[in-house]
Amino acid sequence: MAEASALLEVQDVTKSFGAVAAVQGVSFPLFGGEAHALVGENGAGKSTIVKMLAGVHQPDTGTLRLAGNDVTFAGPADAKAAGIAVIYQEPTLFPDLSVAENIAMGNQPLTRLRQIDRKAMHATAERLFRRLGVHLDPTRPARGLSIADQQLVEIAKALSSEARVLIMDEPTAALSAVEVARLFAVVRSLRDEGAAILFISHRFEEITELCQRVTIMRDGKHVATELVADLTVDDMIRRMVGRDLSALFPKQTVEPGEVMLEVDGLTREGVFRDVSFSVRAGEIVALAGLVGAGRSEVMQAVFGVDPYDSGTVRFQGKRLKPGSPRAAMAAGIALVPEDRRQQGLIMELSIERNVTLPRARKLARLGLLFGGAEREAALTWTQKLQTKLGSLSDAVGTLSGGNQQKVVLAKWLATGPQLLIVDEPTRGIDVGTKAEVHRLMSSLAADGLAVVMVSSELPEVLGMADRIVVLREGRVAAELTRAEATEESVMYAAMGQEVAA
Amino acid sequence: MAKRLASWDSIIILLTLAVLVIASLAVDNFGTSRNFTFMVLDLLPIILVALPMTFIIVTGEIDLSVASTLGLTSSLMGWFWNQGLSIETIIPLCVLIGAIAGVLNGFLITGLGLPSLAVTIGTLALYRGLALVVLGDGAVADFPFSYTGWVTGTIADGAVPNVLILIVVLALIFGVLLHATPIGRSLYAIGANAQAAHFAGIRVARTKFWLYVVSGAVAGLVGVLWTLRYSSARADNGAGLELAVVAAVLLGGVSIFGGKGSLPGVLAGVVLLTALQNALRLEDVSGQALNIVTGALLVLSVLLPNVISSIRGNWQRRKLRQSAA
Amino acid sequence: MTPTAMKVPPRFNIMKTRELGIVLALAALVLYTTINNPRFLSGQSIRDNLLNTAILAVMATGQAVVVITRNIDLSVGSVLGISAFAVATMMSDHPGLPMIVAILVGLAVGAAAGLLNGVLVRYGKVPALVVTLGTLYMYRGITYSWAGGSQVNADELPPHFLNFANANLLGVPWLVLIALVVVGATSLVMRNYRVGRELYAMGSSPQAAELAGIKVARNLLGAFILSGALAGLAGVLFAARFGTVDASAGNGYELNVVAAVVVGGVAVFGGSGTVWGAGLGALLLTVISSALAVLDINQFWQQAIVGALIILAICADRLVAVRIARSLRKKDSHG
Repeated sequence: MAEASALLEVQDVTKSFGAVAAVQGVSFPLFGGEAHALVGENGAGKSTIVKMLAGVHQPDTGTLRLAGNDVTFAGPADAKAAGIAVIYQEPTLFPDLSVAENIAMGNQPLTRLRQIDRKAMHATAERLFRRLGVHLDPTRPARGLSIADQQLVEIAKALSSEARVLIMDEPTAALSAVEVARLFAVVRSLRDEGAAILFISHRFEEITELCQRVTIMRDGKHVATELVADLTVDDMIRRMVGRDLSALFPKQTVEPGEVMLEVDGLTREGVFRDVSFSVRAGEIVALAGLVGAGRSEVMQAVFGVDPYDSGTVRFQGKRLKPGSPRAAMAAGIALVPEDRRQQGLIMELSIERNVTLPRARKLARLGLLFGGAEREAALTWTQKLQTKLGSLSDAVGTLSGGNQQKVVLAKWLATGPQLLIVDEPTRGIDVGTKAEVHRLMSSLAADGLAVVMVSSELPEVLGMADRIVVLREGRVAAELTRAEATEESVMYAAMGQEVAA
Repeated sequence: MAKRLASWDSIIILLTLAVLVIASLAVDNFGTSRNFTFMVLDLLPIILVALPMTFIIVTGEIDLSVASTLGLTSSLMGWFWNQGLSIETIIPLCVLIGAIAGVLNGFLITGLGLPSLAVTIGTLALYRGLALVVLGDGAVADFPFSYTGWVTGTIADGAVPNVLILIVVLALIFGVLLHATPIGRSLYAIGANAQAAHFAGIRVARTKFWLYVVSGAVAGLVGVLWTLRYSSARADNGAGLELAVVAAVLLGGVSIFGGKGSLPGVLAGVVLLTALQNALRLEDVSGQALNIVTGALLVLSVLLPNVISSIRGNWQRRKLRQSAA
Repeated sequence: MTPTAMKVPPRFNIMKTRELGIVLALAALVLYTTINNPRFLSGQSIRDNLLNTAILAVMATGQAVVVITRNIDLSVGSVLGISAFAVATMMSDHPGLPMIVAILVGLAVGAAAGLLNGVLVRYGKVPALVVTLGTLYMYRGITYSWAGGSQVNADELPPHFLNFANANLLGVPWLVLIALVVVGATSLVMRNYRVGRELYAMGSSPQAAELAGIKVARNLLGAFILSGALAGLAGVLFAARFGTVDASAGNGYELNVVAAVVVGGVAVFGGSGTVWGAGLGALLLTVISSALAVLDINQFWQQAIVGALIILAICADRLVAVRIARSLRKKDSHG
């Protein structure tokens, strides 16, 4: 019965990119007046679903049904015209245009001469900002807005279109608790006016607070669609992960050795300030905190890909030359970066070239490379990490996320580091590979490697780390031992307030 | 191997061979040793400038100022000669000046982070303008025959031009650098994803800076060779050559976005353009009309791979849909 | 994270200061030149400067629109050539045709050339730099094949066509009037109409433009057609003004056009700058070259100055951008 009244329905959709199946046979309905949560681990295919609903991707098979009729969105304009508004995970603003123009783009108010009515446009923006309770100048350019402000402009943009279906892909990741509360108030009023909401978040307390129904995905497949009231948070997590959590974190206890890395008073204007911590051999230290707290930025400054303004980085007692990844590599540091596609790999180059890139000079004979040494090194390391691949000469972009991550790990482990920095080591990879990566990190630490892990996933932080350094707004908010660390204590330090209930 | 054969640079190499064979059979005088010498002299400037240009485009940048650098060094060569400097001093001096022109490009692009397209359009005008300031619309012609004769001459008065040695040596050096050294690997990495290259410890800015210096130095050398070949130092020498060079490099399969391409492909691209021009001239077709072919080949070299891959993508999707149905 | 109730940064408008900069440079140049030679401000001299600016400004208008969308059109010089030769040939064969027909034919020839550019960029997914470099060769080659070394001379053209270049409307030459209308109307559309703002949006962030449901294909084709059509119009004006047209008409003009646009403050990576700024850029370049003549400076300096100006312009834009970024970063850290 309820099926008939669905505002928008996803029916058995499939989408592949190259050899990788991102979504396989997923179906769920979105009802008017209801908020629907879409949950799953990173890489489960949530964002692909969002992009299909937004008209960015077209499903390979399966259909979308709008008010009972099959629809095909040839592009985002069609989805917009059908009354679907989307807030993407990453803000999609026009940096050169004013905030008001960003909000109004596509349906600017017009004067009688069909010119843009700037006054009305600014008034609309101000009205939306008031509703969201933020103070932003509608005439300022979007360039230079903080991530939170950008996200708020995105929200205002979605609200301005008065959509019947509102899709929000992790809209709260960068927001403070106050802003989240205000956003939820607005979303609730939209919902009560009859709009359908699709809400994606990693924070379960937000889901139980806002949503009536939940769809769970795992590895691109549909696991379940149920009423939120019928499920506990533990149920949801178990179905998302598909196995017991404890098996995921095979942490071995290691007696820490001598101090390897000492970071003292590291500061980069506007990004992080006065960050100090140290890491011993055999230790896994996690850097935790909210998105935008400066965790990745600190480690990138340590490794030298980013500059810093003051402070020192010592490795094995010696001061490390700032701003030089080469010096860090020579000293024995490796960084597995956060963004695999942009920072970790060169997608169109072969697996072989990717694995050997940082070591090309070492592999050369008389300054020359004829492929043999590179192939051998690449083969050794991809096999050590049990990477599933067709041929070493295939472009690395053809691999699945998990195997791509193994290539990045192979690339850096091949350099023989004494300190391994891993930034979001399991983002966007399947559960099986996740466990493998964790086991690998654990055994590396057992072999005496110092490991720094930046992670947004609390279970991973709690499961893997010997010590946890929590950053908040670019400063060290707390340093917790494995014994002290609980979900609550880490979140408390990260947010600087009680966890939003 | 099949993938290798289907790539654009192998297509262009085959096409070039085909054009050479057909032209030798069908065009009178094309296959003669005299014509061969002329052809080598014609492709000398394009091929030499194309070597560093390939490196630069592989890193995802561009240098449109090369022909103007050539003009500037040609002008200065005439001016220095008029000042009474010896030719043995002038030649290294000109190469050095070319390198300095490259230093300015490199500094503006890597030091200040300005877009290379805009910077080198600016220095294109600047260097050509300075060339005009140096020599006006005059010409200097009385260079010693021992030098001009060497450039236009052949080995042991046979069919092999002297400058072919220079072409072969430089092409070999650049080819090995690009395809068999860590530097070459880093160039592709920079072009395909500069951020990932930076994360892998590659000094992106420094590498690019030196590419512009080398590009300027080679353009300076070509300025000298051009002047000697025509025995005439003029401010407008080589005007418009940058377009021919960029066209040849792209035709050879180098991606304008960087990260893709090979030197053999580029060499084939240069030979193809020069051979076509030469054959059509022998057939009395105006060289200007050949522009149509050059332009069309340039667009097709990028268009065809796109069209093929999109057709292939559609076909795969249809197959997927059928198998699902 | 603190609530976003931070001090809002003061309104900074790079564009305004940028165009003001050109106006000031222009004023200083005119002042200096006039002090040295008062004839520089004579009616005839002003008229010549404006007439010389007109053709460049018309082409710079189309180029500015294309560059704002983060593309480039290098084929404009060749489009001018093909249009000039086509129109001159037509007018010498059919001297009875009215001027408006010549203009329409020029626009149509240019629009067709621009359409091909746009289709190749959008549907062929070939970068604009490559496409228009290719069509730069092709259109020029077509003109050469067609002309085959011949040229159309002034005495073969009907008087009403040639007079058009010098004819006035209320004392303002038609050429200047056309340039003013083109620059003014395009500026207005780019500033105050939806399609104009969409073009800015496309250049500012191509991905975001797709996601926002902007009709990217239609707009992009429109931009290239406009650039082509205006280059075609410039061809008609060129033929009328100079009378003698051969296949090399407009050879190398693309450099001056891009220079005018860049000097006028349009960023090569799109999204910012204005059309009237590009028009001012065209005016500045023209005035510089005539000032050189008046000041008795070696004419050969002109091109070097153009080059230096381009570099200066992009350096200035970069410095402003860096300073703004730094001040925002500082503000965020203390906010």
